Amino acid sequence: MTTAPQIWPDAKGRFGPYGGRYVPETLVAPLEELEHAYAEARKDPRFQKELDFLLKNFAGRPTPLQFASRLTEHLGSARIYIKREDLLHTGAHKINNCLGQGLLAVRMGKKRIIAETGAGQHGVATATVAARLGLECVVYMGAEDMERQRLNVFRMRLLGAEVVSVNSGTRTLKDAINEAMRDWVTNVRTTHYLLGSVLGAHPYPMMVRDFHRVIGLEAREQILNVEGRLPDLLVACVGGGSNAIGLFHAFLGHAGVKLLGVEAGGRGHALGEHAARMAAAAGYSGARPGVLQGTYSYVLQTPDGQIAATHSVSAGLDYPAIGPEHAWLADRHRATYTAVSDDAAVAAARTLARLEGIIPALESAHALAELIERAPKMPRDSVVILNLSGRGDKDMEILARYI
Amino acid sequence: MSHLATSMTNESRISRRFAELRSSGEMGLVAYITAGDPSLEATEQFVLALAGAGADVIELGVPFSDPVADGPVIQRASERALRAGTTLAGVLSLVKSLRAKTEVPLVLFSYFNPVLQMGLEKFAEQASAAGADGVLITDVTPDEGAEYRQAMSSRGLDTIFLAAPTSTDERLALIAKASSGFLYLISRTGVTGAKDQLADELPALARRVRRVTDLPIAIGFGISLPGHVSVLVGLADAAVVGSALVEEIERAGSVPAAAEALAARVKLLKGAAVAGMSRREPNA
Ligand SMILES: Cc1ncc(COP(=O)(O)O)c(C=O)c1O
Repeated sequence: MTTAPQIWPDAKGRFGPYGGRYVPETLVAPLEELEHAYAEARKDPRFQKELDFLLKNFAGRPTPLQFASRLTEHLGSARIYIKREDLLHTGAHKINNCLGQGLLAVRMGKKRIIAETGAGQHGVATATVAARLGLECVVYMGAEDMERQRLNVFRMRLLGAEVVSVNSGTRTLKDAINEAMRDWVTNVRTTHYLLGSVLGAHPYPMMVRDFHRVIGLEAREQILNVEGRLPDLLVACVGGGSNAIGLFHAFLGHAGVKLLGVEAGGRGHALGEHAARMAAAAGYSGARPGVLQGTYSYVLQTPDGQIAATHSVSAGLDYPAIGPEHAWLADRHRATYTAVSDDAAVAAARTLARLEGIIPALESAHALAELIERAPKMPRDSVVILNLSGRGDKDMEILARYI
Repeated sequence: MSHLATSMTNESRISRRFAELRSSGEMGLVAYITAGDPSLEATEQFVLALAGAGADVIELGVPFSDPVADGPVIQRASERALRAGTTLAGVLSLVKSLRAKTEVPLVLFSYFNPVLQMGLEKFAEQASAAGADGVLITDVTPDEGAEYRQAMSSRGLDTIFLAAPTSTDERLALIAKASSGFLYLISRTGVTGAKDQLADELPALARRVRRVTDLPIAIGFGISLPGHVSVLVGLADAAVVGSALVEEIERAGSVPAAAEALAARVKLLKGAAVAGMSRREPNA
């Protein structure tokens, strides 16, 4: 059954109660400018044409939807399809959003781009797009993440970006965002902040989602072509939630398609040991609605409202808040969320490598681990799509420790 | 005391203080420190020292794990305060204890999440009962602030909103309408922290704000020296000094030494404020 979905967010950037714009006054006018520039660009066929051209000829879209025959056979499970975002230029879905925002920055006359990065994939994609479009680029990265994703630091520098090490707080993604926001507050007149997930103040959660929506649009057409019907289940990992919402969004109106987001369960259920914001039902503690970095959503925090430390083997999922649209999908039971441990994710990465010849990013391996649990329990003629958001080259040093 | 009682309207301590400054032709000094750095007991002594040295309004920073609007000095102070176990509830008890000792206007300066987690109503009730006079939330603008403003004003707390160099005239009007007690004008785009010079655009900016409001205007961010304060004379009703004070606390070897350094710095700055005003008086 197809129902016309209500279009979220509303005019104030709200997804139900979530979202909004909680920023220092200095950033309000620039966010309004961005909102207007994006609204104009969205209506401009020339902008869309240029973006489509780059997505196709520079990034490598469309990405294949591959039937994972050996994995399906091995599990004796539902039919598993893999959306190959890992095959995109720079190795992850992140470039969809970077191209969109990069073109928007050019349109707004901004010559300098800043970004945060966790796993380094968003930083690499931003540095790549900045090089392609001739923009100055500064990437903020937590010192701990620079250590565990060293290869991506080299890539960004080779692409001409300046990588700034962030030593405050937990020295991971959250602190990199803080530092990028401080840069933006200071250099707001010349600089575009190219935020890398469906987080932050309005219009970012909406705009970043729209730039990733192509994932689901392609997947829907592809699955209809090969299976002649819609899938029963979509599975994606959720850091901020951009690859997941990118896959989910085109299916929101199809009530029969179940949506499953997989968060980082880390190494335990106690606050500080995981990054599972929506998996209280699975015993992960510490998440409540709150405000972090511009948006109102579920946030891992202490009882008195200090943001908690998080842990995940994958830097891209190691963040205490979830994008506001996911919180809203969960509240309305349109999507469900669960979490997977570090160890399960690593094991799943190995399984996919050996059975399908694909080394997934550790982030994507979380979605895969949950799928490996679930698919065998589904009828064998049901159809599942896994979003393989990125490839695992960046994770070789971590994976090597487990081999 | 009887004089106080007769002049007592429902005006806040903050408004009364600014009215006094206006009638005596003095520019005010607003002093910010982070509560709980290095401990709440120390903060109590610091506030008394600041008030004794002539600070007209005290802003007590509630430490937060992710202070996106702050530069390195206040970031470090927040980290020290959190490591010392400071909570919003603890800061409210500090206010209560201070209120028994001083009439200096007290503003709670916080990021939104700690206040939200306590609950807007509960926070307003407790802050007001403790004797706080106003609240400033860094990451809430009037656009998102309706519920918050309602909760604060129903308990007689002033809501101070920030205005910035990027604010349009329309936004300045919105901010002025939502603010009570005073309006806080950020002197430049950027985070908190001392700078050598104030922005060239500041006089024009201050005049834009003046056009939309009769509220007292306090200008802050980047103010550390008497020279900065002198520049503000005629532009602002008060100067806000924060990072420069927090740095004194960080540098001092002990709590009494820090209290002494804070008092000396405030005397110097307040002196510049008053001297500047009296110099201008004949032409004003
Ligand atoms: C490959 C990959 N997948 C997923 C993520 C998580 O981000 P999101 O939840 O926004 O897709 C990242 C972030 O760095 C990533 O690199």
